Amino acid sequence: MTTATLADERIARTSTLAKLLKRPEIGALVAAIAIFAFFAATTDVFATPSGASTWLRGASTIGIMSVAVALLMIGGEFDLSAGAMTGFTGLVVGVLTTEYGLNIWAAIVVSLVLALSIGAINGILVMKTGLPSFIVTLGTFFVLQGIDLAGTKALIGQVAIQGMSNVPYYDQAKNLFGSTVTINGGLVYASVFWWIGVTLLATWVLLRTKTGNWIFSVGGAQLSARQIGVPVFKTKVGLFMTTAGAGWLVGMLLLFTTSTVQSNTGVGQEFIYIICAVVGGCLMTGGYGSAIGAALGALIYGMVNQGIVYSGWDNNWLKAFLGVMLLAAVLLNEWVRKRAETAK
Amino acid sequence: MSTKTEAKSPVTNVVELPPVGTAIIEVKDIGKRYGNIIALSDVTTSVRAGEVTCVLGDNGAGKSTFIKVLAGAHEHSDGELLIDGESQHLSSPRGALELGIATVYQDLAVVSLMPVWRNFFLGSELTKGVGPFRRLDVDAMKSITKSELAAMGIDLRDVEQPIGTLSGGERQCVAIARAVYFGARVLILDEPTAALGVKQSGVVLKYIAKARDRGLGVVFITHNPHHAYPVGDRFMLLRRGKSMGDFPKAEMTLEELTSMMAGGTELESIAHELEKTMGADSEVAKTMKAEVT
Repeated sequence: MTTATLADERIARTSTLAKLLKRPEIGALVAAIAIFAFFAATTDVFATPSGASTWLRGASTIGIMSVAVALLMIGGEFDLSAGAMTGFTGLVVGVLTTEYGLNIWAAIVVSLVLALSIGAINGILVMKTGLPSFIVTLGTFFVLQGIDLAGTKALIGQVAIQGMSNVPYYDQAKNLFGSTVTINGGLVYASVFWWIGVTLLATWVLLRTKTGNWIFSVGGAQLSARQIGVPVFKTKVGLFMTTAGAGWLVGMLLLFTTSTVQSNTGVGQEFIYIICAVVGGCLMTGGYGSAIGAALGALIYGMVNQGIVYSGWDNNWLKAFLGVMLLAAVLLNEWVRKRAETAK
Repeated sequence: MSTKTEAKSPVTNVVELPPVGTAIIEVKDIGKRYGNIIALSDVTTSVRAGEVTCVLGDNGAGKSTFIKVLAGAHEHSDGELLIDGESQHLSSPRGALELGIATVYQDLAVVSLMPVWRNFFLGSELTKGVGPFRRLDVDAMKSITKSELAAMGIDLRDVEQPIGTLSGGERQCVAIARAVYFGARVLILDEPTAALGVKQSGVVLKYIAKARDRGLGVVFITHNPHHAYPVGDRFMLLRRGKSMGDFPKAEMTLEELTSMMAGGTELESIAHELEKTMGADSEVAKTMKAEVT
């Protein structure tokens, strides 16, 4: 086996650092550390437990969605209805319990089933028609937005859910989705733990399961994946359902943290998720990316969002910052992809 | 790493193959229509264990349609497809795979951004653990990939590198090695030498011979009779969606094959024309004439 020994000698040349630099999430990690250091140094509250509590909470719900959207993007698709879904699922629970007196757990399950069905419809439409998911989910997005506004108004006569905390067993659900624990003097919201859990689960699935292999392959080369026997249809529909399911989870987290939900909740956030996923190393063209990267992208978003407030700047600067981040990330990702595809 | 590779000699899944010469696939008057377009009609041939069946034809002759039928990508609309003597309608690539028919497409069905080992096991991943902890057996897959490729004579630095970084010939061989490892009894190769240089083509032809010697039935699709003749045992020629016959090697010389493929007289007239327009000394005309006569 001289060949194997030789091969090993050649591998040894790649250092640990070089290997690390090849990871898709490395750019987001460096950026996250830099941004944390910047705001920690320039503002007083940013690095305190109570300060961190606020930006972690902001990052958490965006993070859960970004991780799901990252999986979908690795699988080669987009979901523009993901933002409106977070409002829709919360509204379903709110309307069913406050207006129709349905048991809260039953309402939560109904909401989940509806979300998964819409996700499945997204997926089936994309796969059966061959249309770009961008267009199909843009349609679903507008439908959901319309239902959120008009449907809610028609059913309960207003555009926000009220009296949620008076619903029987509200506390049970709040324990699961909206409670807090105090760590080191700072409040940590349940959503933060959900975020960490979702990120770890997604990373495990991506890197260590068959499903993960299939997600990379359907995004990287759908035709090849089909030819080799990967269940492309199931994988893609499953991904759309995962995004919708994440939308449901975030809907519940928002509803039970704030005990209310507005008709326009989540609208406009769909692009934030995509930006976070791209900042985390996802390629717009699919087949490459990372769940941890997307979570880091959301962390950057949360930190900047709150850091700007602590610094006393006009918070509209956030948008400009996001734009710059996105462009920088796309350029970096493109460079990484070219290297991965051609470099020996 | 090296100790592991040494410990495990090339592991293969090779299924029990029928004795050499047994027909695994028999195609009888098969045809395929897409609506009112007849893409293929009246094709008859057989694929036998330990033999190479070459399917020859020019562009648009119906080669692609023919493999799609064998590979399960499209169902045939006329005629009969017998696999191990039983009439079958293949409705999905997975169905064909289960019957031991593996196809290596022109685009090789590899995902260029994914590591070599993930590509090797794509769709048939090895797992360990139970229930929710069932996970990919990464170490086993890496070492099998490495040893299987070594057995085919490909020495990779690192199976972790994206497959897009390999050369065309290497990728082709990974795809062939993969099909062989996963218990293919019949290997369908769609123009494996089309995009390759002379040397690389030679390497691929060697692997075709290797697969044949392992007892597999090979379907070798090509438009180059010079590639087909050295490894082929049986030649089926397609032209405009129709079979021009199915010949064992004994009934055919390379010259006959070449002229038949190009449509004999047609080629002669092109050679003649070239001579007129480009002059008898022109390189192209000379080669053309040499090929025809």
